[in-house]
Amino acid sequence: MQLVLEKRAERSNTIALVSPLIAIGLTIVTMVILFAILGKNPLLALHAYFIAPLTDSYSLQEIAVKATPLVMIAIGLSLCYLANAWNIGAEGQFLVGAVAGSWIAVKTQGTDAGAWVLPAMFVLAAAAGALYALIPAICKVKFGASEILTSLMLVYVADLLLDYLVRGPWRDPNGFNFPTTAEFDSVATVPLLIEGGRLHLGSIIALLVVAAAAILLGRTIKGFEIRVVGAAPRAARFGGFNANQLIILTFAVSGALAGLAGIIEVAGPVGHLQPGISPGYGFTAIIVAFLGRLNPLGILIAGLFLALTFIGGEQAQIAMKIPLDVTKVFQGMLLFYVLACDSLILYRFKLSFPNRQVARGTH
Amino acid sequence: MLDSTPDGLNSGEPPLLRSIGLTKRYGDFLANDSIDIDIRPSEIHALLGENGAGKSTLVKAIYGLIQPSAGEIRWQGQPVVLSGPSEARSLGIGMVFQHFSLFDNLTVAENVALGLDGKESFKDMSSRLEQVSKLYGLPLDPRREVWQLSVGERQRIEIVRALMQDPKFLILDEPTAVLTPQEADQLFIVLERLKAEGRAILYISHKLEEVKRLCDTATILRGGRKVETCNPRHETAASLARMMVGGEIKEVKAASGRTTTVPRLVVNDLSLAPAEAHGVRLEHISFELKGGEILGIAGVAGNGQDELFAALSGERLSKDPGTVVIEGIAAGHLSITQRRKLGAAFVPEERLGHGTAPRMKLSENALLTGHAASGMVHHGFIDTAATLKTVDRATETFDVRKAKRDPEAASLSGGNLQKFIVGREILRNPAVLVVSQPTWGVDAGAAAVIRQALLDLATAGAAVLVTSQDLDELAEIADRIAVMFHGKLSAPLATREASREKLGLLMGGSSLEPKEAAHAVGA
Repeated sequence: MQLVLEKRAERSNTIALVSPLIAIGLTIVTMVILFAILGKNPLLALHAYFIAPLTDSYSLQEIAVKATPLVMIAIGLSLCYLANAWNIGAEGQFLVGAVAGSWIAVKTQGTDAGAWVLPAMFVLAAAAGALYALIPAICKVKFGASEILTSLMLVYVADLLLDYLVRGPWRDPNGFNFPTTAEFDSVATVPLLIEGGRLHLGSIIALLVVAAAAILLGRTIKGFEIRVVGAAPRAARFGGFNANQLIILTFAVSGALAGLAGIIEVAGPVGHLQPGISPGYGFTAIIVAFLGRLNPLGILIAGLFLALTFIGGEQAQIAMKIPLDVTKVFQGMLLFYVLACDSLILYRFKLSFPNRQVARGTH
Repeated sequence: MLDSTPDGLNSGEPPLLRSIGLTKRYGDFLANDSIDIDIRPSEIHALLGENGAGKSTLVKAIYGLIQPSAGEIRWQGQPVVLSGPSEARSLGIGMVFQHFSLFDNLTVAENVALGLDGKESFKDMSSRLEQVSKLYGLPLDPRREVWQLSVGERQRIEIVRALMQDPKFLILDEPTAVLTPQEADQLFIVLERLKAEGRAILYISHKLEEVKRLCDTATILRGGRKVETCNPRHETAASLARMMVGGEIKEVKAASGRTTTVPRLVVNDLSLAPAEAHGVRLEHISFELKGGEILGIAGVAGNGQDELFAALSGERLSKDPGTVVIEGIAAGHLSITQRRKLGAAFVPEERLGHGTAPRMKLSENALLTGHAASGMVHHGFIDTAATLKTVDRATETFDVRKAKRDPEAASLSGGNLQKFIVGREILRNPAVLVVSQPTWGVDAGAAAVIRQALLDLATAGAAVLVTSQDLDELAEIADRIAVMFHGKLSAPLATREASREKLGLLMGGSSLEPKEAAHAVGA
């Protein structure tokens, strides 16, 4: 008996849907082993991770709040990845967007600036994120520099820029020397959806982004262009599509969405600009994009799931003293299994039984 | 009819290789349905069949590339299970693939060394390589880099590489597809010699005249089953074709009274530096193609045909707009989309990955070239109904056979996908059609449909440019034939004056008498 990997005639849509679930299953099995090694009760740990956060309204809202930046960034990244443009620097674009948007908030602080402040922050954050993402895109198109490296390296530049601003020029004079700006004014704050709750307008924006991406990819010629450039570059050129223009476009769009997510996070749940506004949203969003099959609806579901692991990880740390790093291990493992399971879309396992015992070819 | 060869043809001798009830199943699809085949020593055995008849599957099973689902393979009477090609090679089975697996930047000797098991020193191997190539009249310089070699020479590397393992049984997949007539003749001498040495050869081809001339036995497959084993010399090309197709093949006929009209595609002194290392430089290419006319471009692959296609399609732009004129408009600087809007249509050689996105549906592949000028896009939104309609119309008009209404391009057989691609372009009613290798790797039935479609398109008034390595094809459909060699295009010859010998000489780089050429330039 032999286990063989056999190529399918057509890609299997069933597996395309099921593969993330298989990956999640495999990740959980591995986690159980990991918990057992750590000396924790695996069942209790899994409960803390995946069940407990779903049982109260506060945690549910918190999941949506955490999923908001993940989904927005991942949608942008999925456009890049579909077009074979590898933007790894969404974290940097997120931070630059947060900084640029905060600039308006900081400058209007204490003035009688009106309702235009928040929209202006959004626009500026998106523009800044887009421009920041254009740096690796243009380097790629003009000089052939690997966008993977340049976009990643720019994350650290953005990180240090943010650090400099909140420790220097933008530091809150009444902030006891903490590296943070003052709390934003209410006109510079993302409104809450539920009085006294956590859910805010950003989640609605994220849903709109998902819907827009679904229409773009499914219905428009631009979406087709993105898909075909990634799937068959030579055929795309034959179709008259310009891959370089598309690298610029998808980087700009994903940078804008990451920047927008950045300012929504700062002007929403955080309320002021400070270092550490992102627990690695820009990187986790890469996992979200792939777990969601680079499909808008899939990304929405995957974003909520990854948000659950963030919240669950915190609860497991509090309740069972499981280190928070286990969450990162979980997320990394998940990406690993997703990519592994993807091979089943084009291939299938097959048990083959040679019909009878025969002599093997001689050597 | 089985094994009823007049000279008995080793029928007393036990077969070298025998497959019994060999079956390969892919899901519900039977690629090979209990095939029995006997290969004897000193025999050139043709394997005939249309595309999708199961030839490659059978050969892959014999060469250990795939495992049969049922049935067995016997080598010199012993049942064997071949877990991979290296096991097949160690038994004495060699194979020369249609697509070469050579590294352009390595030398001949290095390429050969990569394909061997590396037990002997590089120096010994190189000298053995020279010996083998001399012995069989396949001259090769082991020190030259592959990119400098012609396609014929590259094929020699593959053959020599196989011969260096002293195979008892050699499989050749469409070996003459890439050769000039003169080169093919040389190859036949080599094959006769291998046969005389007692080796068996399995010769996959669809050139029936060639099979009749060369092969002792022919096994014909159709739809995964063996239809017949016969002596091809006792058959006619037509009877062989009937067995392959399972019916009569429609003859391709040009409509009478076809007249040429205005020049629709004009190329003026087009020169273009190669886009990539080892590419071919196009040099001073000029021709004029009128409506109602089919111009054939012959030549061995790799002499600039791909570069010319890219320059005509607009995948590569020229600085001088006047080098390519479509419908009277200078288009050398225009993109492929703009050229399509001028009424041009293009069919590239490579079906999967160039002509279509393999993992996308046919409707999406209709959109690929139809988005510019076929009313499939309104305000940036795709009209899915219009793309599906193109698929349906192409399916109906050109008899595209597929499992469902809108499958992925890669799931179609070569012939059916090619019919779809040609259909997709012809349904746009182009004024100019540039098509490269229209029937390459396509079964006889599909090839006839495609050639007829090209003739009909010219009759309807379009200008058609066909690049092909198949001289019979060009003779069948082209009005004039020009030959491409080292990036230069010869003056076109009227088809009735273009003998195989003349074309063969031009394909090899010789020029015809200056008088004749000068006359043709003025044409």
